Amino acid sequence: MSEALINASAAETFTEGDRADADFGHVLGQGLDASHGVVLYVEGVSVSFDGFRALNDLSLSIDMGELRCVIGPNGAGKTTMMDVITGRTRPDAGRVFFGQTIDLTRLNESQIAQAGIGRKFQKPTIFEQLSVFENLELAMKADKVVRNTLFSRLSSEQGDRIAAMLEQIRLVTDAGRLAGELSHGQKQWLEIGMLLMQEPRLLLLDEPVAGMSDEETERTAELFLSLAGRHSLVVVEHDMAFIGTIARKVTVLHEGSVLAEGSLAEVQNDQRVIEVYLGR
Amino acid sequence: MAKIQGWCAGLLLVFCAQAQALDAGLVGRLMTGDSDEKSQAITELVVSGDPAVAPLLQAFADGDLQASGSRALITSGGRIVDAVTAEVLPALPDDHEDLVVNNRMRRELADALAVLKLLSTERADRLSAARTLVNGADDAMLPLVKKALAAEQDSEIRGLLEGVAASMEIRTGDTAQRMAAIIKLGEAGGSNAKKLLLPLTVKNADGTWAEPDGDLRAAAASSLRSIESRLAWGERVGLVFAGLSLGSILLIAALGLAITYGLMGVINMAHGELMMIGAYATYVVQSLFRTHLPAWFDWYPLLAVPVAFVTAALVGMLLERLVIRFLYGRPLETLLATWGISLMLIQCVRSLFGAQNVQVENPAFMSGGVALMSNLVLPWNRIIIIGFALVVLGAVSLTLTRTRLGLFVRGVTQNRTMASCVGVATARIDTWAFGLGSGIAGLAGCGLSQIGNVGPELGQGYIVDSFMVVVLGGVGQLAGTVYAALGLGFANKLLEAWSGAVLAKIAVLVFIIVFIQRRPQGLFALKGRSLDA
Amino acid sequence: MNIHAAPSLVNRIYGPRAWLALAIFALIVFVVFPVANLVLPASSPFHLSAYWVALAGKIMCYAIVALAMDLIWGYAGILSLGHGLFFALGGYAMGMYLMRQIGREGQYKSDLPDFMVFLDWKTLPWTWWNSDQFWWAALLVVAVPGLLAFVFGWFAFRSRIRGVYFSIITQALTYAAMLLFFRNETGFGGNNGFTDFKRILGFDITAPQTRMALFMVTGVALIASLLVGRYIVTSKAGRVLQAIRDAEARVMFCGYDTRHYKLFVWTFSAVLCGIAGALYVPQVGIINPGEMSPANSIEIAIWVAVGGRGTLVGAVVGAFLVNGAKSFFTQAFPEYWLYVLGLAFILVTLYLPDGVVGLLARWRSRFRSGSAVKPAATVKAEGDTA
Repeated sequence: MSEALINASAAETFTEGDRADADFGHVLGQGLDASHGVVLYVEGVSVSFDGFRALNDLSLSIDMGELRCVIGPNGAGKTTMMDVITGRTRPDAGRVFFGQTIDLTRLNESQIAQAGIGRKFQKPTIFEQLSVFENLELAMKADKVVRNTLFSRLSSEQGDRIAAMLEQIRLVTDAGRLAGELSHGQKQWLEIGMLLMQEPRLLLLDEPVAGMSDEETERTAELFLSLAGRHSLVVVEHDMAFIGTIARKVTVLHEGSVLAEGSLAEVQNDQRVIEVYLGR
Repeated sequence: MAKIQGWCAGLLLVFCAQAQALDAGLVGRLMTGDSDEKSQAITELVVSGDPAVAPLLQAFADGDLQASGSRALITSGGRIVDAVTAEVLPALPDDHEDLVVNNRMRRELADALAVLKLLSTERADRLSAARTLVNGADDAMLPLVKKALAAEQDSEIRGLLEGVAASMEIRTGDTAQRMAAIIKLGEAGGSNAKKLLLPLTVKNADGTWAEPDGDLRAAAASSLRSIESRLAWGERVGLVFAGLSLGSILLIAALGLAITYGLMGVINMAHGELMMIGAYATYVVQSLFRTHLPAWFDWYPLLAVPVAFVTAALVGMLLERLVIRFLYGRPLETLLATWGISLMLIQCVRSLFGAQNVQVENPAFMSGGVALMSNLVLPWNRIIIIGFALVVLGAVSLTLTRTRLGLFVRGVTQNRTMASCVGVATARIDTWAFGLGSGIAGLAGCGLSQIGNVGPELGQGYIVDSFMVVVLGGVGQLAGTVYAALGLGFANKLLEAWSGAVLAKIAVLVFIIVFIQRRPQGLFALKGRSLDA
Repeated sequence: MNIHAAPSLVNRIYGPRAWLALAIFALIVFVVFPVANLVLPASSPFHLSAYWVALAGKIMCYAIVALAMDLIWGYAGILSLGHGLFFALGGYAMGMYLMRQIGREGQYKSDLPDFMVFLDWKTLPWTWWNSDQFWWAALLVVAVPGLLAFVFGWFAFRSRIRGVYFSIITQALTYAAMLLFFRNETGFGGNNGFTDFKRILGFDITAPQTRMALFMVTGVALIASLLVGRYIVTSKAGRVLQAIRDAEARVMFCGYDTRHYKLFVWTFSAVLCGIAGALYVPQVGIINPGEMSPANSIEIAIWVAVGGRGTLVGAVVGAFLVNGAKSFFTQAFPEYWLYVLGLAFILVTLYLPDGVVGLLARWRSRFRSGSAVKPAATVKAEGDTA
């Protein structure tokens, strides 16, 4: 009933921190400099909302081509971490770098997306009133300035890329349907497809298999494993079985900072992690 | 009017019994002389101290004096009395003619009667007489004023009379009296005293001082300064009061919105019309009292307040059930649908009560005001509205924090699913909460009916303002609403003093528009975690 | 399935049926009306009086405003409650020129407009600079609403003001402007605004030929607005706008700067309103601050809602339906008009979310296939499958 409230609170998170730099501007010309093999640095980041510290001196780094799983109990700061990386929330303190040179705290959401970071929301967020095809078309890496989208026409090469993606996410026969009519699992896949159309270097995926059938989950795991290497992935999940099938390195967040990091077996045997999850 | 006639009749009885004769020559000049002679005659009659003067002059002022040859006949009170001989006549003689009173006479008669009334035993009469005289009186009345002053016990009336006496003495007295008068005016005078003092401090066209006495001049100058600073204070206090008053009106108009919009998130464009309904409910109650219970008329607000609340609340609950509940979560559609409701309500009231404004009369205790300073009168109705707004604010915050309904409303607005899981009937709570907000709008209308016009478009004038208050204060924040209402009230009045009403209003709107750009969450909203779009 | 291939521009904008409908509309505006009004004698049963020409011309102006509103509300999901302001500003810009065209034929036989003589002004204020030039008026018609919308939108979208907040703020904007224009000192005629126009471009403004020319120019403007609007909403930018309406955050995370898109369509929409206002004033013969009242701006929304949001043609249909009903009721049953309008607001939002056009589309598709298809889908499909 209270979309107004939601809008209001959404608006308020948008205006946190210094917005002066996030002006109407175009994306930086320089590309991603991952010369040290690290695609994302998060260093000493803190965020608080009215006294509640959502992130507390969080530090983290993701390597090129890595598939990282992030777990943690509710309120551990997983979603806030993604908000900070994608420019939705400004950190009170700390630095966030994409590669060696791109300071993410100085860019807004669209600039960060153009720089090569894709994000999938917890709830599938697609354009329900547009067709599946159009969803992919809009997400496709292209010049995204108003003037060009006003006069652009779809090239045959672009059409082929969309067709290939439809194939990959198994929505070929649904290409003309409204995205809103898809099943929940199909929407999840469409969103992943849209992310891939952006050709990002880093994908942030918030609970990507929530609401998927076992078969769909399995296929998603396969897809992620095939993506790792070419892309870097950060997957936030609660589904430990899913994590078990894809995880190489797992980070456990607790109360806004990193509690443990290592292979799944390592963190599962970590005494502090057990305490956090099982309670004292 | 009835009061004056009663007073007059009382005097008639008293004085007729004594049956003293007036000076026939004076009465003759009063009837037949030219304006100057008449004026002179009035003064002399008053100074004569004859008790029969008052009924004569009153009759003259009321147009109840007839001339018949050289006789003056008083026709008030259903009897015909010779003013000089006090002889009662059975009927008017054939040759009688009206004595016409022109504006100048009317003014002088009023002053003269006021002087006479200074000796009345009724405090209210003496007070109103003193107030009349403050605006200027014939210098010849000074002895009478002094006599009244000597007998007067009431400090307020004494203060006024001292000013009156001083303003006469400053022109006519000896040097010592004038000096005392100048000082007196400096201590207590208002803008009238300023007018009296100013001539003493200027030069004539030929370069000489208008007032040859240097000491008097200096005293007048210093008195002027103190009057001016006091007047300035009066203006400042008046401004603050005006700001407070406007703020309280905005507050009471916005309080209902703080619930329906602030807590429930319903954009109710018909909020102003619910206020209008409250005002019309007040009007109906008032009319019923006037026709059926005239003796209890002053008590009608006691009934009007609950009636206005309940009427508006019922209309609001009906709207919630019929329209608004189907639009939860679609604020833009809610906005349009409630706008449609507002149009229908306006037309409905027009059909029922006519398109013209209706007259809602204040009860006696709400008319008049407190005179704080010579240039500052705080009207009672405004003072009472400020108090009313505070009471409503207190009631709303108590309802929200201390009652089950308040608890449920807060619970439902914060987490609907959770609330319904723990057994709260969310749909019913929505209706009640909306009814509460609407009822408060009705109370606002009841309050507004006491200070402004009541017409079908009453609500339209407040809708933009009250949304501004809620938006500025921050959604879901009662404290924010209070501060925003008062802040906007003050800002508006301060700017108004400086730039005029319309520009002030525009400036305030532009300020809000700019402010919302900087802080879209309003003044007092809490920060929260981000939500997925 | 042919959806992957990009259609040619003509096919992209409308299917053959829609083009045919447009041609019929053009025929009515450019042939039927002029012939029935100017050629046929007044005695003929097919003669069309000046009243109907004026009414149709006025409603076409409203239809342009409705189109502009549909672009911003139906496609980008931003409900403006201040579009009456842009309309009025365009009208005032044209009105200034028309006032100057009166020349010395006013009541006071002065070079200054009558109201200035009445206020005892000796010279034109700076805002009237060059106002006797038509090209300058035409420039202002576009530039003033456009610039105001651009500046306002720049700040509003930069601060991410959305949803109802934006609506309320735009309402406050037009309310403030109305108060400003009510002042005599503002220099635009105060309460009474501008009226008693005599000439436009040297032609007698009351002559039937001039009125017909204005009517036809309005028709051109309406058709052009429809086609340009259709071009925009069928372009990729148009899809971005609809995507913003559905899930703005996702659009941002796709790498689009949504502020630019909103600002573009917002400003364009305001300019369209300005043009409509400029065409409205010479036909109706008056412009006053009442046009800026918040109630007027909200009414625009109901035209669009009645016709059907997000279809453009629905906006035009809605403008004709509501305003047609308005001129009928305000003459025949003036006391019932507010009930009808109020009820329209309520019923459309409750029961007709896709408006009349959506309802027709739903009926048509049910008639054809026997199965109910979501109206938004049918409406969109018209553009795509053509």
